[in-house]
Parts: sequence; C-alpha cells; structure tokens
Amino acid sequence: MSKDIYAPGILAGRLDGAAYAEQFADLHPPLDPHAALVAADRCYFCHDAPCVTACPTDIDIPLFIRQIATGTPDAAAKTILGQNIMGGMCARVCPTETLCEQACVRETAEGKPVLIGLLQRFATDHLQEKGGHPFTRAAATGKKVAVVGAGPAGLSCAHRLAMLGHEVAVFDARPKPGGLNEYGIASYKSPNDFAQAEVAWLLRIGGITLHHGMALGRDVTLADLRAAHDAVFLGLGLGGVRALGLDGPVPEGARPAVDFIADLRQATAPQTVPIGRDVVVIGGGMTAIDAAVQAKLLGALNVTLVYRGPRSRMKASPFEQDLAAAKGVRIITQAVPMRLHGNGALREVEFRYVNADMTPTGETLRLPADQLFEAIGQTLQGDDLPPLDGGKIRVDAAGRSAVPGVWAGGDCATGGDDLTVTAVAEGRDAAMDIHAALCGA
Amino acid sequence: MANLQSDFVGIKSPNPFWLASAPPTDKEYNVRRAFQAGWGGVVWKTLGIDPHVVNVNGPRYGAIYGADRRLLGLNNIELITDRPLQVNLDEIKAVKRDWKDRAMVVSLMVPCEEEPWKFILPLVEDTGADGVELNFGCPHGMSERGMGSAVGQVPEYIEMVTRWVKANTRMPVIVKLTPNITDIRKPAAAALRGGADAVSLINTINSITSVDLDLFAPEPTIDGKGAHGGYCGPAVKPIALNMVAEIARTPDLANLPISGIGGITTWRDAAEFMALGAGNVQVCTAAMTYGFRVVQEMISGLGAYMDEKGMTSVDQIVRKAVPNVTDWNQLNLNYIAKAVIDQDQCISCGRCFAACEDTSHQAISMSPDRTFKVIDAECVACNLCVNVCPIDGCITMVPMAPGATDPRTGRVVEGHYANWTTHPNNPAATTAS
Ligand SMILES: Cc1cc2nc3c(=O)[nH]c(=O)nc-3n(C[C@H](O)[C@H](O)[C@H](O)COP(=O)(O)OP(=O)(O)OC[C@H]3O[C@@H](n4cnc5c(N)ncnc54)[C@H](O)[C@@H]3O)c2cc1C
Ligand SMILES: Cc1cc2nc3c(=O)[nH]c(=O)nc-3n(C[C@H](O)[C@H](O)[C@H](O)COP(=O)(O)O)c2cc1C
Ligand code: SF4
Repeated sequence: MSKDIYAPGILAGRLDGAAYAEQFADLHPPLDPHAALVAADRCYFCHDAPCVTACPTDIDIPLFIRQIATGTPDAAAKTILGQNIMGGMCARVCPTETLCEQACVRETAEGKPVLIGLLQRFATDHLQEKGGHPFTRAAATGKKVAVVGAGPAGLSCAHRLAMLGHEVAVFDARPKPGGLNEYGIASYKSPNDFAQAEVAWLLRIGGITLHHGMALGRDVTLADLRAAHDAVFLGLGLGGVRALGLDGPVPEGARPAVDFIADLRQATAPQTVPIGRDVVVIGGGMTAIDAAVQAKLLGALNVTLVYRGPRSRMKASPFEQDLAAAKGVRIITQAVPMRLHGNGALREVEFRYVNADMTPTGETLRLPADQLFEAIGQTLQGDDLPPLDGGKIRVDAAGRSAVPGVWAGGDCATGGDDLTVTAVAEGRDAAMDIHAALCGA
Repeated sequence: MANLQSDFVGIKSPNPFWLASAPPTDKEYNVRRAFQAGWGGVVWKTLGIDPHVVNVNGPRYGAIYGADRRLLGLNNIELITDRPLQVNLDEIKAVKRDWKDRAMVVSLMVPCEEEPWKFILPLVEDTGADGVELNFGCPHGMSERGMGSAVGQVPEYIEMVTRWVKANTRMPVIVKLTPNITDIRKPAAAALRGGADAVSLINTINSITSVDLDLFAPEPTIDGKGAHGGYCGPAVKPIALNMVAEIARTPDLANLPISGIGGITTWRDAAEFMALGAGNVQVCTAAMTYGFRVVQEMISGLGAYMDEKGMTSVDQIVRKAVPNVTDWNQLNLNYIAKAVIDQDQCISCGRCFAACEDTSHQAISMSPDRTFKVIDAECVACNLCVNVCPIDGCITMVPMAPGATDPRTGRVVEGHYANWTTHPNNPAATTAS
C-alpha cells in the first residue's frame, strides 16, 4: 500500500489505487440476514426499554427488533422511519456507544449490547433498497412553510410537514442537499453516496420543493420568507469555524478540518485529495477524530491529534478515540498551540504543555507538520437571525424562536447535543408544533 | 396496509388478535390497557358462581426455558376468577361501554346443572358483552370439582351444557375445548350437536414442569407439595395446531368456526393457525411474557404478509392450508428429494454430520478441511440435517426430476403420483403400482 508515503509536502495519490477502496470501506459492514436474526434474538423486549429512552428520536427499538426477528424487516423499517425519517443515516453515524447501546440492559449484563445500530441499518436498508416509501401525505392544508437548510434538521422538518399536508419550500446555500450528511460525515461511515440516495428517498413523500444556492441573508431575507409563508423553520447548522487565534501570518497548509472533510466527501475519488506527510489535527471532538482518521486513511505517514485538555474531557467517545488509535493516529493531550512555524509553507507547530487546570507547565513541544487541520468548533454564521443565546438561536422546548412564526432546530438552535439524530428529532418536533400552530390541532 | 378487520361468528374486532381468558383479562385495568395497546378483543377471565374460588398463596407458575432463558413453556395452577361475580360484571360493562369496536367475550364455568347457567347468562347479557365462551378446559383444581376439563372430557356433557346455554341466551356461544383427550374431533362434534356457534382450542395441557431435587417435590412447590398444572406457551403450539387442523379437515366439522389458541407468539404463529382453519386467534402466554405491546408486531407482521400475498381480508388466510393436510397414506411415495448443502453459506459447524452419521443414514461426508457434502447414494431426504443446521437456508431439500436415477436405490424417479395404498409392500394394497 505504500507508494509515496515518505514524500514530504501535500500530495495526492500517496497510496496504490487498490488500497483506497479498502481504506474507505464501510466502518461497520452491514449485517447479512442470518447475522441480523442472531443479533435480533438477543433483545429481551424490555419494558419501557432504556434504549428507547436513550434515543433522541424515541424509536421503539424492541418493537423493531422483534419485527426483524419475525421476518418482517420492512415493518421494522416503518417503525424506525415513523419516528426518525433519517433512520438510515442515523444507523450509520449515531454514536450508539453513548446512546441506545450504552443503555441496553445487555451492555449492563455482559458488556455486549444488542447491536441496535446495525439492526436499524439492516431494516432501513432492506426497505430503501426495494424503493419502498411507507408514508403518504394527508389532505392538503393550503398552508406554506419555508425551511432554511437542507440538513438533517431541515429535511426532517420538511418531511413531517409535507406528510401533514403542508406545502414546503426548502432553501439551501449549498449546491447539494443533506447538510453535513453530505459535506461532513466521515466517508467510511456513509459510503456509496448514501446521503444523496436517502434525500431522494425522503423527497418521495411529495410536496417538498428544493431551492439550491439560496442563502438566507444573501439571496433571501427572513422578512421575505415570513411574508410569503405561514411559518419558517431555520435549520442552518453551524456554517462558521472557530479560529485558533494565533499571532502572525497563517502559513500555507493550515485550514479548517471541516473544509478538508468536505473536499474529501465531494472528491470523485479519494486518491485525488492531497494530504500531508506529517499532519497535525487540533481539537478533541468528533470532527477532529474524523479528520485525523481520514488523513491517515489517505496515506499520511504521521498523524497527531492534539487536544488541550485531559483525555477525560475529550468530546470524542472512548470508542472513537480507540478507532483513531487503531488507525495509527497518535493522540497528545494537555498541549495548547502557540505558534505555526514555516516560511510560506507550514513546517512545524509549537505547543505549550498545560496542567489539567490549563496553567502552563513550562515545557513546550514542536511537531513537524506540512498540514494542519483545526477542529476546535463550529459557530453560527449570519445576521438577520432571531435572538441568540450563547451563540445559538434561542428556542423553547417546542422549537419556537423569539420571533413569532419562526422555529429553529438542529445545530443552529439551543438545546440538545450537536448530533445528526438530535437534529432530526428537533426538526420533527418543530414540524409538529408548526402543524399545531397552523391547524390548531 | 391490509385491513385486518375480523368477524368471528358475528363478533367484530379491528384485528383477529384476542387475549385468551387468563390473567391478562381478569380485570378492568388490564383489559383497558390491552385495548389501548391494540388488542382486537378479549375473552374475560372465567367467571363462576359466588362464593368465588380462592387461589393458592404460593407460587402458581412453573416454566421451561430455551437458550438465553427464553420462556418456552409455562405451567400454572391458577383457578378461575377469585373475585366476586358482581365486581367482574360491573367492570365488563364499563369497559365495553368505552370500547365498542373491540370484542368482549365472557368466559364462564359453573356447575354442571342447568340452574346456574340460567342464573348467570342474563347477568352477562346485561353487560353488553358480545358473546360467551364455555370453559370446559381448565385441567387442574376446577376439574376436581366436576367442572372444566371434567366436563370437556365427556362429549355427552359438552353437548348437554351447550344446549342449555344456547337455550338461555341470544349471545354467540364458543365452546373452549381441553386438549387432555385422545381425539379432539369427539368433543368438537359434541359442541356442534349442542348448537355451539364455534369452538376455541386449546386450553392448557396437564403437566409437571420440573422437580425440586432437594425437596423431592414437583414445582411450583407449595409447602413441600405440588400438583399438576396446565401447560401453555410456545411449546404447546404444535399440539394445538394439529388439533385445530384435525377439526378443520373433518368434513362434518368443516363449517364449525374455530378460535385458535396455544403458544401464539408472533404474527407468523397466528397466520399458521388461521391457515389451518382458525377464524381468529387468542393469546395468553406471549402477553404474559412480553406485555401487551407484542400485539403491535402481530398487527404489522400479518398486515405485511397479507400485502405481500395480495390479500385484502383476513378471511382469505383462513383454511388456506386445510386442503393440504392429509393422511400419511396419501403422501406421494414417488417424490424423491436429496439434501443439498450450500457451501457458500456453510459455517462448517459439523452439526449435520454428527446428526446424520450418528443417528441417521451416514449420508454426509466430512473432509479433513471440514467440508461437508451430502452422499446422494445414502441420503433418504429425512430433513434432520436441515433441522439441526444453525444457518437458515444453508441446507435445502431438492426434489429429483422424473427420469433421473436415484443413486440410493438405482431406480428411475417416476413422474406419476403413487401412495402407500397402492404400494407393492403394502399387504392391503388396493392395486399394484
Ligand atoms: C465533521 C463532522 C462530523 C460529524 N460526524 C457526526 C457523526 O458521526 N455522528 C453524528 O451524529 N453527528 C456528527 N456530526 C454532527 C452532525 O453532522 C450535525 O449535528 C448535524 O448535521 C446537524 O444538522 P443540521 O440540520 O442542524 O445542520 P447541517 O447538517 O449543518 O445542515 C445545515 C444546512 O443549512 C445550510 N445553510 C447554512 N447556512 C445557510 C444559509 N444562510 N442559507 C441557506 N442555507 C444555509 C447548509 O448548507 C446545510 O445544508 C458531525 C459534524 C461534523 C462537522
Ligand atoms: C395463569 C393462567 C390462567 C388461565 N386461566 C384460564 C381461565 O380462567 N379460563 C380459561 O378458559 N383458560 C385459562 N387459561 C388458559 C388460556 O386461556 C389459554 O387457553 C392457554 O394458556 C393457551 O394459550 P397460550 O399458549 O397463548 O398461553 C389460563 C392460562 C394461564 C397461563
Ligand atoms: S435495552 Fe437492549 S435488550 Fe432491552 S429492549 Fe433495548 S435493545 Fe432490547
């Protein structure tokens, strides 16, 4: 597999062609029908099941597993998708090890949870591969709703609204729908263009019109949308990135991790994506892990993930940290970036070691680097938005912003973790509240 | 999804899944929650004449488990309702008033005289219930008092009591049969003669589930002693299916509606009972094991199956397999199959080899690299390898085409049908083959 892994600089095609397919294969290969039955058989059909409580979208997990066990995976898919229209993507990207599977009583009993995520994927794939769409629209209500952002929050909201009989117009700044499902999720979690296939499947409900290249604040204002629609839902996600804020010019080779990931997701083939020999990733969350792992998969020789706090404070789950370690990523903690060295092109990154309380220890560290990915958080971008709270649109439990007739959900709004599944739940719940507000139901 | 609406002897319910007369249906609280969960109907826990019976105050259940402590069989020594008659009647009336679309059938067991039936039937009618079920099945406790299976084991009593009941009510009458007999057709025929609108079966089977080897007493043990109980749950399904089929394929009984009971746990179990002649089904142990929510899987599963088959009403499943239930002597002896192992699916566990080599026909070979192959010259197509294989679909029985030579017998496979009645080895053969 090693072709050009020792060459310095930022180069494409470091590996042999065949190696890429292997590197970027499904992280969790799907269950075959036999494995699905064996896995389903382990579920106890718990009462008031803890796995369901742990699922942000409240999928009736024991019921769908029982439906798989009795040979009706499409009925299982309907149970899943009725609660979570992006159940297919969530089955691939949810950190189940911190959600449903962590709560599973068999995790408690034996340290081996029922494979809920893989079973969910088995059922949703079964239905979606056949092309089935088990939902139909209610009679038209004559109401129009604008949804800004075609990410998980916006699409989940749009689907539910369309199902309830409303006309939905979705506006997105990017050329393709899906939000971070399309531009952010690690490629080994969602290979084979699943994000677009899922959106196409979701839109089959009808009644949803997509407007691409339409940015709120640039091409359309909130006032326009409010005037032309009965309600507005904002699912903008977090479009901006937090900067490292170091002094001096930024050398070539340093960029936000999300941009690197988006390039990789949009590339025709991974071998076309240039990658450094010595890559440094700064951050401790899912984005940092994904960037580091994917840099390694592209053939970077040394990938070091540097987090400023201790391990226990890293947002990435132990499972993700282990994944990075298994792929050969070195993780350094309690080190804060001080300076980027390099004359034009990046050469080294200098860090200051800190104690757990962030006071400097006095020691420093210099890591060779030709490429640096910053993953220290995303921020909400845009003016012309409803009032914020802590950098996010302030919403109540039903998703209502402080502006009448405007709802918000997903990463751009307060409350909940920044996860795909949470965005889907918030979009769905806002849709139910919009429906109640418009139809008095 | 397909419409699951059911009409059983004129009793309508939104689906064919009823809860059987048992603890799940023995009070208002349970039945309301069952209806909320989606059950199509209930047969209320059996009522009797006051003073009401009492139950033991020790354990009433024993169980048999499969792997992973999956409950396969349940045994009980519970009696009929242990609450006053009027309390039950008031609750039945209240629930039925609020749940008009659900089936409310009331199970009854009173002494074998006409007076008590004359007394209780109008009281039940007054609740607005849709029908009654006569419990001639309870095999423990009540039978010692000349009721339950003590009646169900004597066809003449069944006929007599059914006639009394029909004479004293306008409600449909379902007679619940005990499996603790040798020929289920006899009590079914007696019920029909007595005027029953339907039979339901099976009630529980006499059983002792286990013995405490320190106390040397059957379980469940009450102060050192145990009594036989009634067995139910997935383990009894094959027995119940056969009894349902025996009634359904008997010409004189073919028009007698059947409510199928015994081990029904999934939609598939229910569909099998219906295919063998049950107009609807009743469930007890599955609900007692998993809670009322199991009905949702039954509803979605049966609906999906009907959609797949293009069926629009549950009646289209009923009796669909009955014409294919036959006597052994009608099976085609010219049908010859061989086991085929799909090497791509085989996980090399060797269970088929052990079973065939040790206990059957030595028709599977094993190579040093653990490849298992069928030896056609030995295979009699008994199916044991299929049954013990852990991979569904890995071993299949493939019929031989007519004209081919069976390497086991050296004979050419005949294309025509020929059964035992014409076989040369049958001393009573009617014609030579
Ligand atoms: C690199 C990365 C990896 C991740 N991995 C996982 C994971 O494995 N599992 C997981 O559960 N979560 C993961 N997440 C988090 C998850 O992707 C988000 O929580 C989720 O996508 C949020 O959905 P959303 O709909 O709120 O926003 P987004 O998915 O961000 O969608 C917002 C949409 O709004 C559009 N938009 C933005 N501004 C405007 C505007 N002004 N006008 C019009 N349209 C606009 C954008 O183009 C985008 O399509 C990851 C996030 C990142 C960054
Ligand atoms: C604890 C218990 C009590 C029962 N009580 C009654 C009863 O009062 N009347 C009756 O007709 N059947 C009674 N049954 C039998 C059930 O209604 C049913 O016929 C039997 O359990 C088989 O169905 P299953 O395999 O779904 O459990 C009882 C069963 C159990 C387990
Ligand atoms: S907690 Fe685990 S065993 Fe219990 S219902 Fe959920 S998946 Fe099944």
